[in-house]
Amino acid sequence: MVTEQYWFIFLNAALINNFVLSTFLGICPFLGVSGKISTATRMGAAVSFVMLIASVSAYGIHNLLVRIDAQYLQLISYIVVIASTVQLVEMVIKKFSPALFKALGIFLPLITTNCAILGLALFQTNRGYDFLQSLSFAVGAGAGFTLALLIMSGIREELQLSAVPNVLKGAALTLMVAGILSMAFMGFAGLGGQ
Amino acid sequence: MTELNVQADKMDVFLKGVWKENPVFVMLLGMCPVLAVTNSVINALVMGIATTFVLILSNLLVSSLRKLIPKQVRIATYILIIATFVTVADYAIKAVSLEVHKSLGAFISLIVVNCIILGRAEAFASKNSIGRSVLDGLGMGSGFTFAVLCLGIVREVLGNGTFAGFSLFGPDFQPLIIMILPGGAFFVLGAYLMFFNWLKERKKINEKIAEPDMAMAD
Amino acid sequence: MSDIENQIVEEESVSSGKMLLSMGSIGLIAGILIVFTFQFTLPYINANEAAYLEKSIFDVLPGAVTKKVFTINDQKNIIPVTDEEATSFKIYACYSANDSLIGVAIEARDQGFQDVIRLIYGYSPEQQEIIGMKVLQSTETPGLGDKIEKDPEFIANFDNLNVTLTDDKKSLKVPISLVKGQKSNDSQISAITGATISSRAVTKMIAKSAELNIPVIAKNINVLKHSAPQEN
Repeated sequence: MVTEQYWFIFLNAALINNFVLSTFLGICPFLGVSGKISTATRMGAAVSFVMLIASVSAYGIHNLLVRIDAQYLQLISYIVVIASTVQLVEMVIKKFSPALFKALGIFLPLITTNCAILGLALFQTNRGYDFLQSLSFAVGAGAGFTLALLIMSGIREELQLSAVPNVLKGAALTLMVAGILSMAFMGFAGLGGQ
Repeated sequence: MTELNVQADKMDVFLKGVWKENPVFVMLLGMCPVLAVTNSVINALVMGIATTFVLILSNLLVSSLRKLIPKQVRIATYILIIATFVTVADYAIKAVSLEVHKSLGAFISLIVVNCIILGRAEAFASKNSIGRSVLDGLGMGSGFTFAVLCLGIVREVLGNGTFAGFSLFGPDFQPLIIMILPGGAFFVLGAYLMFFNWLKERKKINEKIAEPDMAMAD
Repeated sequence: MSDIENQIVEEESVSSGKMLLSMGSIGLIAGILIVFTFQFTLPYINANEAAYLEKSIFDVLPGAVTKKVFTINDQKNIIPVTDEEATSFKIYACYSANDSLIGVAIEARDQGFQDVIRLIYGYSPEQQEIIGMKVLQSTETPGLGDKIEKDPEFIANFDNLNVTLTDDKKSLKVPISLVKGQKSNDSQISAITGATISSRAVTKMIAKSAELNIPVIAKNINVLKHSAPQEN
């Protein structure tokens, strides 16, 4: 029963209520860096990693805030801690993999203002997940985000070779494809059910 | 600057947010709330107002402190300021209507990571006067509200047959359920972007038609 | 975004003291603003939350005007709740204007088709029936699964759902079950066409909760009957 729970939380975040396609979190990078599979993979990995850190720190902060009875500081402390974590990750990547840093460019600092990260922290608190549940939620969300990003970039690489009407070029086409993907992902509903 | 110029400049600061540099349709910023909370007109409106509120106040504070904040820590302070006003908005909505707060859920808190707000603080409020920054916030906020309402109206009317909760077509109406599903959000926004692309294309073609005369004159 | 890109300004050196000072003062302003708003809105939020809960409870128990909060302890006894914050499982006994027990509202939650469904239902010990149900929270598919909270025919299933206990008062005589199509007895719930899984989730949730809680309520009925809140 307990393992089923964790498994379900994972499935829920990754497929049934996919973070990008049905909860609409992390749309900016989804539209922005889904042009090439190689970049998408790295972005997905970076976001998943930050998500894991954010989830753990959010769990810690929440418990601390409950203890001192200061939940009204929740949002402000989440964003500050997550922003500093992302800064740290940025520095580490800059030092150890300049190529990766170059590839992700402007989008790495923007992970801070990526709603997927903060959304994850807020959702896990709202739903009252315990530590392990939070972890499986974070892993699921990261996997879901990476999956959506990869599918999208695969499709967009193919689309570059096809003749697209002028009015549909750019974000409009990406959104249409995302809509179809989102409908496809609705087929996963009921996976964790009865 | 003459009195008239000042007026025109103010108008321009305000209007560019609403139309020419519309944060959603033109600059493609802040997509998450645009897609997530536009399944009904009320949700969209509340989200628009809350975002505008945060935009105006954060622009105001950032602009009035712009000479005191050291460059190195500016982003961190902007985030602090924005998070404060979002918390204020969150509690205010909760105090006014719990039902609306429940249906918007975590997306009110997520205003804090809406790229529009940080973007305006950094790109505009940090180097413009208080008055202009407030106007910019108002303009961008109205542009955002306009965009979410555009989506909210289409999605609620087609997907539920209602407008702000009032039934429009009577009980026999078969709603296009896809419109209020997540997929519908992508389709409607995609359609709007297509429309804006079409406007741009048409303008280009019109200019081209006008151009040959000039070429001849050369 | 391109705006931000262009804004990478030359950074002149500033002492870390000044940075700390400005961060600190911004933090102070932020803290004061947040605490002030929190203090100011707290009474309104509490009132809203209480009103919302009360409305849901009184919706599932028509005729109720006052309520008292109880919980069920490990010995299957019903005891009044003193600290509402610290108690996770609560049941609400509701009384009419002349202090007679109308029924008990019980909250149930479980996994639905999309995500967790939370609902509240009202049980009337006198009629031995469930007399109302309201979905508090669900993210079921709009237009299909969300009929569990909107479809009047489905909700009418819970207006008089028979939950008579066996003679030893240990379990339900006829378990609550889901049927497609015509009902053959009044302990059955007819499923919504096109939303069988969501209907089944609701049925299972209520069946499980009723099987567990209604015998306890029957056992402790006197406690509930005689603890109508005093009007003052």
